[in-house]
This record gives sequence, C-alpha cells and structure tokens, in this order.
Amino acid sequence: MSSTLVQVIVSGLLLGAVYALFSSGLTLIWGMMNVVNFAHGDFVMLGMYSAVMVWTALGGGPFAAVPIAAMMIGTLGVASYFLLVRHIMKGPMLAQILGTFGLALFLRYAAFWYFGANFKTLPDTIVGGSFELMGIRFEGSRVLAGVMGLAVTLALHLILTRTAVGSRMLAVSEDATAAQLMGIRPQRMQALAWCMAGAATGIAGALIANFFYTSPTVGETLAILAFVTVSFGGFGSVLGALVAGLIIGVVESLSAYLVGPVYKDVIVYILFVLVLWFRPQGLMGKA
Amino acid sequence: MKRYLLPGVLVVLALAYPLLVGDLPVYGRLGALVLLAAIGASAWNIVGGYAGQVSVGHAVFFGFGAYASVVVYTHLGWPPITGAPIGMVLSVALAAAIGVPTLRLSGHYFSMATIAVGELVRVLSSTSDFLGGAQGLGGPAMPRTVFDLSFISATPFYYIFLGVLTFLLGLTWMIERGRMGFYLRAIKDSERAARSLGVSAGRYKLYAYMLSGAFSALAGSLYLCMFGFVDPESGFGILISVKMVVMAALGGAGLLFGPLVGALILVPLEEFSNSLFGGQGAGFTFMIYGAIIVIIARFLPSGLLSLFNRRSTRHVD
Repeated sequence: MSSTLVQVIVSGLLLGAVYALFSSGLTLIWGMMNVVNFAHGDFVMLGMYSAVMVWTALGGGPFAAVPIAAMMIGTLGVASYFLLVRHIMKGPMLAQILGTFGLALFLRYAAFWYFGANFKTLPDTIVGGSFELMGIRFEGSRVLAGVMGLAVTLALHLILTRTAVGSRMLAVSEDATAAQLMGIRPQRMQALAWCMAGAATGIAGALIANFFYTSPTVGETLAILAFVTVSFGGFGSVLGALVAGLIIGVVESLSAYLVGPVYKDVIVYILFVLVLWFRPQGLMGKA
Repeated sequence: MKRYLLPGVLVVLALAYPLLVGDLPVYGRLGALVLLAAIGASAWNIVGGYAGQVSVGHAVFFGFGAYASVVVYTHLGWPPITGAPIGMVLSVALAAAIGVPTLRLSGHYFSMATIAVGELVRVLSSTSDFLGGAQGLGGPAMPRTVFDLSFISATPFYYIFLGVLTFLLGLTWMIERGRMGFYLRAIKDSERAARSLGVSAGRYKLYAYMLSGAFSALAGSLYLCMFGFVDPESGFGILISVKMVVMAALGGAGLLFGPLVGALILVPLEEFSNSLFGGQGAGFTFMIYGAIIVIIARFLPSGLLSLFNRRSTRHVD
C-alpha cells in the first residue's frame, strides 16, 4: 500500500471518530425515547462557539474548551428536555419534528444574532501544528479530535452497557412503566440521557472547532451527517454509531482521494441507501 | 344559510385579495407566496399527513419540477411552464423508484431515507453541467410571449396559484372521502391492522407518494415561473423539504386545510422577518419565528386546527 493511501485512511479514521462522537448523542436520544432531535446539529454548532468563546474571551485552548462546552451543551440538553421534549415525546412524530426544528431555528438564529453571520476559525497554533510518524503526516488538531472522539464515544458506550446507571437508562427505554415500578424515575433517567448526549455533542463541537470553520449555519451540514451515521449504525446503538462513523470517515476520505472531492458525499449517501435497503435497522440496531 | 356564511366570506376574501391590496405590491407578492407554499405543503400532506409517511425529502420532487421548467427553457427555448407536465411525470417515476424500497421502512427510518435521497440528488445536481452546476439556471430574462408568465405584478401569479391550490384541495377532498382516504387513514393508524383487513398497504402508500410527488413538482415549476431562477439549494435544499413538513404540521397534518393554515402563518412571519430588520437584526426575528413553532408544538402537538377538531369532525351517515 502506498503511503498516500495509508495517509488517506488514517485521516479518514480520525475524522470518523469525530463523526462517531457527535452522532452518539443523537443515537442515545433516538434509541432511548424514540425522538429524533432535529436541533442536534445546532447543539454541535453551539459547542463550536463555546470553544471560540473560550479562546477569544479567556485565551484558553481545547483542554479548557472541552469541559466548558460539555457543561454548557449538557445544560442546554437538560433544559430542552424539561421545557420541550418531555411534553412532545408522547405526541405524534410530527410534533417532535415541529418542536425540535423550531428549537433548531431558535438556536441557529440566536447564534446569528449574537455572533453574526461571519465564519470564525481558531488559529492553527492552539494545537501544535503537525508532526510526521512513519511517513504519515498528522495534524495536531485532528489527532486530538480523533483520539478524544474515540475515547469519549467508548466511554459513553461503557457507561450505557456496563454500569448500574446505564442499566437503569436501558430499562426506561425498554419500558418506562415497568422501570418506574422497579423504583427508577423515568424522567430523571431521560433528563440524564439528554445531559449526557448534550455533553458528548458539546465536546464534539469544541473539538471540531479546531479544524473547521464555525458559523451559525454549520449545524445543518453536521446534522445531516449525524442522521446518516445514526441510521447507518442502527438507532440507539452507540457502538453502531462508532463503527458507522469510522466507516463513513474512511469512505469519505477514500472517495475524495480516488474519485474526486465533489463525489465524497454522493458515495456516502449511496452507501447509506444501500444499507437501508438490505438492513433497515442499521448495522447494529435491534431488528 | 348560516353554515355557508363563514366559508363564503373566506372565498370572497381570497378572490378579492389582490384588489384589496392593489397598490401595495409587497402584499400582493405575499399572497402569492402563501398560496405557493400552501400548494407544496398540501401536496406533502397527501403522503405525510393522510398516509402518515413522514417524508423529509420532498424537495426532490420540488426541485425536479423547478429544474424541468428551467431546462426546457435553457436547452429547448420553450416557455418554462411547459416543463411542468414533464417535471410531474418524471416525479411520478422517481417517486416509484424511491418509494418501492423506502416505503417498506417504518417511522423514522423512512424519514431518514428520504433525507438521504434528497441530499444525494442535491449533491448530484450541483455536479451536473446540464443543470448549471452549483450556480443554477435562470429562466427567460425578458418575456417573449405571454406564455413565459413573466409578469411584473404578482397578481396573475396569485390567481394561477389560487386555481392550482383549489384544484389540489378539491382532489385531496375527493381522496379523503373516497376509498383511498379510508385506506390511507387505516394505514396511518396501524399498518398491520390495515393489512390484515385486506388493504394492500404498500400499493396505497406508493399511490399517495406518487400523487404527492407530482404536485410537489408542480409547486416547483410554479416557483420557477415566478422567481425565474433555481440552484441546488433553492431547488433541492433540505430546508424546502422541512418547510413543507413544518407548515403542514403547524396547521394540522392530515387535515384538508392544515397546510394552508400553516402557510398563512409561517410565510408572512418569514417575509416580515426578512424585510423588517436587515443584517443581524434578522437573527432576532427568526429566533421569534423558531420560538413560535416550539410553542405551538409544545401546546398544540396536533396542529392549530386541532383547536377546532370537535367542530370539524365529520359525521359519517
């Protein structure tokens, strides 16, 4: 294998880990309460602005931005749950689309109003340039994003599958009434899910901001990518989102390199439609 | 007699609207835009509201209509409106091609698949030179004959759109009262139960999808005739799809006049948001726009018309 190809695959994997992270919040909510959050992309966008704010106001780098973004977007998640989602989740699916889309518009234009429409970028120098290892060139910001993306997604997966809290959340998602009879408070678990999903999404945003332009409308592009990743991986499965994210990252990089950058999205969408055709529940979804 | 009073007044108002606002072109345009949005959302309502298959990819059909109209002008020199039947026929074929695999999916999966198909078509259209690439294509700059429908005033468009909307709502009303309407509602309530009672659910969902696609394409063609320009974002953009869903859901999905009510609220709100404040101020008004949608979803999850639901329930005799 030529070293260029290895380079392309590695950068695809690094990008894929970030896709996995910002999709894991969506899949958690979708799997746990069957709500598709159309404002998800705008949560990521606000995470990105948190990183920009931390840099411009405090001069802090990603290690300061990540926890702050996690707290802010986590809080936003809990607030959205109590003020809106709790009330619309039992309604028709259309009410959920309507409500979360309204929320998306609200957040997007709040950012537009407050930050302006201009693109903002963080200087490359915050996360020390790039380095070479075994003939492969790594950009610091992307390596940091990829590694942290992988770590946080895996942590989320382990919390959901290996801890008592995770079991309680799973119980609520399976049958909220039965869970309540077992002494679990469904609302508390659902609020926790929104908190965790928001925090993961905020972290993803803070990491992406280091190598991607930040603007009020960036969420739209990211949301579509997250929808594809989640449906691809199977809804509710964080591990599925991880695998799907990595696959999508690699497929995007490879097709951009082999076919041409314009076609990378085309190939990802075709792949997605094929997966839906042969395996509608996604790679790791429950049938 | 009293029963016909309110509808009668509304019909007269709708017909006389351009005369009432005659010397204010902004309002004339607004009326036409409301009707155009209502055509798109009502078309969506057939499959999304009545059959309960929430497509978030109807921009595919809208864009097919808009591009068909502009392509017959650019490549053949025909008046754009002649592209409308072509766009509709192509959309029916496309709906069959998309619908057969995706309508098997249920709930959110169908929505996600339609989003993916919509984005796929949008990206493809921006790479096609035939469709003008990312820059898009423009219709006739100067009217050659009256068939180019390049009117300076919005009034002719208003009456054309009113005619199309009346036809579409009439058709929907007939479907609603007929056999197909019952089948679609049965499928929406429980597809499994409908199947077990002998409804060929797959076939009727597909019929609804094709019909809905055809009229979305017509909305796209009419859009092109009025605006004279389309690019991948204004033709196939996901916002076009989402707006159809949101308007129908806001007014009341699966109700005849739901999409029209949604358009009557959202379009003026959006237009005023655009014109009232320039630059950053627009952000503030769109925040309110978002907040209004959130509040309606929160307190009236089945749409505004559900307020009058008890009155509008039809007695089956």
